Amino acid sequence: MRALTTPTEQPLLELDNLRVNFHTPTGIVRAVRGLSFTLGRERLGIVGESGSGKSMTGRAILDLIPYPGEVLADRLVYRGQDLLTMDKRTRRKLRGRHISMVMQDPKFSLNPVQTVGEQIAEAYRVHHKASAREARERSIAMLEAVQIREPGRVYELYPHEVSGGMGQRVMIAMMLIAEPDILIADEPTSALDVTVQLQILKILDDLVTERGMGLIFISHDLHLVQSFCDRVIVMYGGKAMETLPAAELADEAARSQRHPYTLGLLGCLPDLDHPKAKLATLTRDPAWLA
Amino acid sequence: MAITFFGLLLVTFLIARVIPIDPVLAVVGDNAKADVYDAARAALGLDKPLWQQFATYVGKVFTGDLGKSVLTSNLVTDDIKRVFPATLELATLGTLIGVSLGVPLGVLAAVYQGRWPDQLARLIGLFGYSVPVFWFGLMGLLLFYAKLGWVAGPGRISVAYQDFVDPITGVLVIDAALQGEWEAFRDAWSHLILPAAVLGLLSVAYISRMARSFMITELQQQYVIAARVKGMSEFRVIWRHALRNAFVPLITVIALSYAQLLEGSVLTETIFAWPGLGRYITNSLLNADMNAVLGGTLVVGAVFIGVNLLSDILGRLVDPRTR
Repeated sequence: MRALTTPTEQPLLELDNLRVNFHTPTGIVRAVRGLSFTLGRERLGIVGESGSGKSMTGRAILDLIPYPGEVLADRLVYRGQDLLTMDKRTRRKLRGRHISMVMQDPKFSLNPVQTVGEQIAEAYRVHHKASAREARERSIAMLEAVQIREPGRVYELYPHEVSGGMGQRVMIAMMLIAEPDILIADEPTSALDVTVQLQILKILDDLVTERGMGLIFISHDLHLVQSFCDRVIVMYGGKAMETLPAAELADEAARSQRHPYTLGLLGCLPDLDHPKAKLATLTRDPAWLA
Repeated sequence: MAITFFGLLLVTFLIARVIPIDPVLAVVGDNAKADVYDAARAALGLDKPLWQQFATYVGKVFTGDLGKSVLTSNLVTDDIKRVFPATLELATLGTLIGVSLGVPLGVLAAVYQGRWPDQLARLIGLFGYSVPVFWFGLMGLLLFYAKLGWVAGPGRISVAYQDFVDPITGVLVIDAALQGEWEAFRDAWSHLILPAAVLGLLSVAYISRMARSFMITELQQQYVIAARVKGMSEFRVIWRHALRNAFVPLITVIALSYAQLLEGSVLTETIFAWPGLGRYITNSLLNADMNAVLGGTLVVGAVFIGVNLLSDILGRLVDPRTR
């Protein structure tokens, strides 16, 4: 495990009091309410239940909150550049090239009428002046980097012709080809078979480490986050309940210092070695959201 | 395909037999004597059993013989060769207008859902649907022909140019262009554009509504978000990624609307004195000219089969999942 960011290094991403609101006819839905963190070249996990605002956090960083939603923050800075005051066009150019995202289900996140190769090449050509041939060669090299055999053949396939695991590798290749500094992985393995989950995570981990990227790993899987990340933010109701080193999640000795919600989440997990007759139910205290 | 066409033959044949119009009377007149009537009946082959009549009919269709029209006293095939291209040119231009305006309109309506481009598209759609085509046609003639003089009036071509153009394809504007008769081309074009625009408006109304709803579905898909994450411009996300997917169902819609126009639109053709298929079939039907009605119906059916086949082929080209 790598060390946490040293304070002297400029952080990749600084976030202070991030809020995401949706103005609906029935009132304001507050998806994220005041989240703050700093990301270095590390693997940061965000865990929480459905609706805790973890995906919206990722979308907000990318400026991809759909229409009735608004993003507010006291500070949102990428490597010294203020994202809040940046114009839309410059912000768009950051996407893919500097901050990228791998989404949940490759079956839906790849364009069904375009070959996977074209889609990867396109991601490269948006940001680099390159001939079609050069983009193709780069894409094939990238497919090789995500450990796809016969990348030349796979390049020509359509999304419905590849398996889920292969589709997710394609997705990773597509999102990393422009060599971003930050990768947001939004439940990258939850649509996959358990057997391929680990392979995909290994590929992701190797690439992130190799390229020295910052990773925001969004998941509801505590075990996964614990073994995969350096630091973990536990979210509930759009707020961070606590931030802790991943190793401490399982640390029995540190239990007393844990937030009750984190303990609650841990308590809900079934354990094959110590079977419980009844799994604990989460207790949620409205005071946490105050 | 072959089976569909055979079914079509059977249906048209049976319709002609069950229709309460006596084709013999249409030939001999209401006051004919019984022996004249019987002779005419035998000459038409109507005294034979139904299946024999059907066999003869099928045989004739395959040799390109659709019989003679009582009304025009031409061979039905000749009549159709004359009227179908007129409808073809009208329907094709109408559909081209419908697609080239309707698709962008629908896309914009979907992208700016609930905002003014959407309202404008809705208004145009409502207008195209609810304004009766004869009113729209007449107003068009009044304004652009009678008042402004921008276009030519009813008919396909002015009398002055009538004999300038030899029929090659039967489609006047193409024939005129092929023969380099540019004045005749301009004249034919000027006759064509207004009725085509009237049909086009209907087509725009339909296609834009469908394009809007298909695009709304596509724009909510995950791959659209993925394309944005890659840093692609919103223009490319919409017009390249989403629209290409929306075209898969849209092709069928466009094909069906085209086929519908190819049937001949009786009202439009009547108002613009357009010698097309719709008017031909209607006239024949009103005059109990069964050979012509059957022939026309057969052509309409065959066109439907053909257009459907075409849309299937196009669908395969656009959508790799159906290959």
